[in-house]
Amino acid sequence: MPLDKPYKDIPGTTIFDAEQSRKGYWLNQFCMSLMKADNRARFKADERAYLDEWPMTEAQKAAVLARDLNECIRLGGNIYFLAKIGATDGKSFQQMAGSMTGMTEDEYRHMMISGGRSVEGNRRIGEDGDAQAHRQPQGSKKKDA
Amino acid sequence: MARITASVYTSHVPAIGAALDLGKTGEAYWQPLFRGYDYSKHWLAEQKPDVVFLVYNDHATAFSLDMIPTFAIGTAARFEPADEGWGPRPVPPVIGHPELAAHIAHSVIQDDFDLTIVNRMDVDHGLTVPLSLMCGQPEAWPCAVIPFAVNVVQYPVPSGRRCFMLGQAIRRAVESYGPDLNVQIWGTGGMSHQLQGPRAGLINREWDNRFLDRLIKEPDALSRVPHDDYVREAGSEGIELVMWLIARGAMADIHGGAAPKVAHRFYHVPASNTAVGHLILENQ
Repeated sequence: MPLDKPYKDIPGTTIFDAEQSRKGYWLNQFCMSLMKADNRARFKADERAYLDEWPMTEAQKAAVLARDLNECIRLGGNIYFLAKIGATDGKSFQQMAGSMTGMTEDEYRHMMISGGRSVEGNRRIGEDGDAQAHRQPQGSKKKDA
Repeated sequence: MARITASVYTSHVPAIGAALDLGKTGEAYWQPLFRGYDYSKHWLAEQKPDVVFLVYNDHATAFSLDMIPTFAIGTAARFEPADEGWGPRPVPPVIGHPELAAHIAHSVIQDDFDLTIVNRMDVDHGLTVPLSLMCGQPEAWPCAVIPFAVNVVQYPVPSGRRCFMLGQAIRRAVESYGPDLNVQIWGTGGMSHQLQGPRAGLINREWDNRFLDRLIKEPDALSRVPHDDYVREAGSEGIELVMWLIARGAMADIHGGAAPKVAHRFYHVPASNTAVGHLILENQ
């Protein structure tokens, strides 16, 4: 019987299941290493050299160096692990989450203060909400701006 | 005999901990949120629980991808606040209750729930932020705490139904413990929030409030809501709300007792990326 994965049709959302976890194992374990102050210091001193100590794919290393969290997630990263990179950079969860939308920090913060993103149009792929693929990136960087 | 007297439900956003630790609670952004817990702090000081059984999730802190226990009970005498990457929170160590924790583990495992027993772990914001919200900034936490970590990071996470039934087993376990202890059970996490991808920042006020209504009045039906409803309606991290059903399952009305008294209810948007919900239910 095939596994039940009813969460595949939610736009702008990657569910961290066993398949993603397998892909991202070393990427996420690298992130865990940043919970030690010594490792944070070594990573900051030479990011590339530190990353090269881990059996991650080149694409995963490039995504970390670019701080492209959407790409990190696509390659198997999970936000709670990736948050250790943000913490090392002195970023808050709000700055990290906002960076994945294309919005500026101010735009994202304003959206949250105004009540957050609406679920309308964002429940299923194929609707027309602001999280749908055809409406990326969001905010002042949006394609039709 | 030990008894469960009340359940507390609250979000556990890390930014709330940072606001407290950095002295920002008086800022306009944070004031309305902390006001929502003024009553709760007085209430807790009056209730004087001996033990809080605190259901939370570890956020890739104590558990990496090396080991992913679905349900883990902390049986140690002491748990240190974890360094999650920002340095450890400046809060007191968490003092456990090894005897009651071991009793609950024994009883619940014999009741067919496969718990992982943890004798050494650090605890992250998922556990310490609820304590800060309910206790303020004391020199020491006012009671013993049994950490109970639920995997909501790697799918599949336990269903709402499974969590609700586990809560019932925890109640049976507590009530079979001899010493006379006042025990509270707290369910934490949620409410609607999504921290990842182009859909980050999702908030669903209507869904959250309906969840609170149903948690109070029809928890059995609520426990049958499937995972993908949580994710679709309340965001990928909104799935944390299944943990509230563990606390709710441990209340007396689920076992034929009277309906609980709603002592307090609070809802606020936003705390960072998250909708904050809070509820206190007392057994009558």
